[in-house]
Amino acid sequence: MTAATPDTAQARPANGSAAQTEPLLSLRNLRTWFELRRWGFGRAGTVRAVDDVSFDLHAGEAIAIVGESGCGKSTLMKTILGLHMPTEGSVIFEGRDLSTLDAKELQWYRSQVGYVQQDPFGALPPFMDIRRILGEPLKIHGTMDEAGRQKRIREVMEEVRLTPVEDILPRFPHMLSGGQQQRVVIARAMLLNPRMIVADEPVSMLDMSVRVEILRLLQGLQRSHNLAVVYITHDLSTVRYFSERIFVMYAGEIVEQALMDDLLRNPLHPYSNALLAAIADPDPENARVFRDVPPGEPPSLVNPPSGCRFHPRCTHFIEDLCAVKTPLNFEPEPDHRARCWLYQDSPASS
Amino acid sequence: MSQSEQPLLQIEDLRLYFRTQQGILHAVDSVNLNLYRNEAMVILGESGCGKTSFTKAILRMLPRNVHTYSGSVKLNGQEVMQLSDEEYRQQVRWVQVSLVPQAAMNSLNPVLKVGDQVAEPLISHFGIRRNEALERVAESFQHVGVPADFIRRYAFELSGGMRQRVAIAMAMITNPDLIILDEPTSALDVLNQANIMNVLKRVKQETSTSFILITHDIGTSSELADRAAVMYAGQIVELNDAEQFFVEPLHPYSQKLMASVPKLRQVEEPEFISGQPPSLLDLASGCRFAPRCDHRFELCENDPELLPAGRRQHVKCWLHQNGDNP
Repeated sequence: MTAATPDTAQARPANGSAAQTEPLLSLRNLRTWFELRRWGFGRAGTVRAVDDVSFDLHAGEAIAIVGESGCGKSTLMKTILGLHMPTEGSVIFEGRDLSTLDAKELQWYRSQVGYVQQDPFGALPPFMDIRRILGEPLKIHGTMDEAGRQKRIREVMEEVRLTPVEDILPRFPHMLSGGQQQRVVIARAMLLNPRMIVADEPVSMLDMSVRVEILRLLQGLQRSHNLAVVYITHDLSTVRYFSERIFVMYAGEIVEQALMDDLLRNPLHPYSNALLAAIADPDPENARVFRDVPPGEPPSLVNPPSGCRFHPRCTHFIEDLCAVKTPLNFEPEPDHRARCWLYQDSPASS
Repeated sequence: MSQSEQPLLQIEDLRLYFRTQQGILHAVDSVNLNLYRNEAMVILGESGCGKTSFTKAILRMLPRNVHTYSGSVKLNGQEVMQLSDEEYRQQVRWVQVSLVPQAAMNSLNPVLKVGDQVAEPLISHFGIRRNEALERVAESFQHVGVPADFIRRYAFELSGGMRQRVAIAMAMITNPDLIILDEPTSALDVLNQANIMNVLKRVKQETSTSFILITHDIGTSSELADRAAVMYAGQIVELNDAEQFFVEPLHPYSQKLMASVPKLRQVEEPEFISGQPPSLLDLASGCRFAPRCDHRFELCENDPELLPAGRRQHVKCWLHQNGDNP
């Protein structure tokens, strides 16, 4: 796949409303590998945390990256944020390759991308009050004076419903509830008017009753600011509420990509199926049956299995094929791709 | 499990209050509960409703700032509140009742091999020799789906799901009558969650162990529960059979809690519960949920009692005080 120009983007089938424009963020054959060293030197292997990932994200579009612990989703996120440098391939934001940016331009990039961390308490410095936590990004990036900063902080706090503002500003993170802490994290991500938000399991540490509130808040912000959102999670039941497209990740690779409804209605890859089957909706019937879970553990990313990386755990294993040849990206339904030999009769892209 | 049988665990008017700088905190406020053999009771509630304090009260793992610790806890008919701390340690903790603590994955000692840690209750409580204990550990590991040779590994060499299973193996190793699980799956991804629940289901089928499962995850809790208790502001507001609870809960708070769960297989949008749970420091009189309740009426200014509503249901709500089950 070559870098998408406006022409090629127009030639593709309509993919949501944003397909006509140049993508905001493009990943091109992205690989982030970490070298393992023995005794400080001498190579001991390579952890292939992200292995050949490509996708486009348009302004205002929300996508979800789903996978179990250790599948590389956090590394992917950190590469997008510019915290890890890609080993190969590129992250292109508004047509500019991140690896070509100098320090000043990188600072601009960080103002364009908000980061919502997983554990709100861990993400907020315990020795700073909320006023200082929210003032810091504006000081570092901003041209505003003190009065302007205070005005902007209030504005954002109202927007994420951290009220009463005066009551919360002098507090320290430990004096807030989990939901309020997560609102502070979201406010901090929104302060600089970003064009994209990267949210790493933003609700997994919160109570059920608060989760929905926070997801709704993110959804509201996404719509009112036309934000692009990368939502990273392992729980498909929360993905439904605001992601349009889903990417399922396994062992460093994207194994299935689809519009949300298509994936939930008809998951193609056996791994996506397993992820869906593992989720229990409240139902007394659950106690009487055992849940289908693929046997074994996620593979080592140092020596990933040959062929399809899911083959040792797969119930649809095809002899002489799955363990030998890496599956192509088949497209059995329009805009719904799966890296799985079960669909080898369908058209494929690399 | 018939009602006439003697309960394994009988809790009456259990209270645990803490002294804090701001005043007395009513973490567990008059809880009554019966649990039968081979029964799994799930305790649901938001953070700060007293779920974890409740487990601490049962296991008598108390911090220093306890203000009140009273009530009656009978285990196999024996009153354990009368035991001295040393007697309690020798006769009850890890012998009759064991715990899988919250964030069990991080509660393993990083400098001990996991096999030695899991063997410790056997060695210290039953005086079993180390080699024999390790053999029992290897068996128990296989039971929960951890390879037996992992007894020689350290905690950091195990994945999160594996560590959680090791913690469960440790709780099971002495064959206790009751295992208390405090949020056993909240730090794990969905596949590991499903795996752990499968392990617990198998243990429940193969032994006569009872479970108290503390969680805020209603979906996962339905995988194990025979009965459900909902806690709000230190009190139990609903006790119900799983069969009815997960379909049609009775208390307005339980209904809201149920409506807040994002469901994968249904189209309805989840709702959140507006407002905050009350502070456990200064509790107003009357029903504690009333300020957030849609069904509030005059009677709610008085505190309702946890009364039967139907054959196996108890609800603490004025809507159900006639014993009917609308």
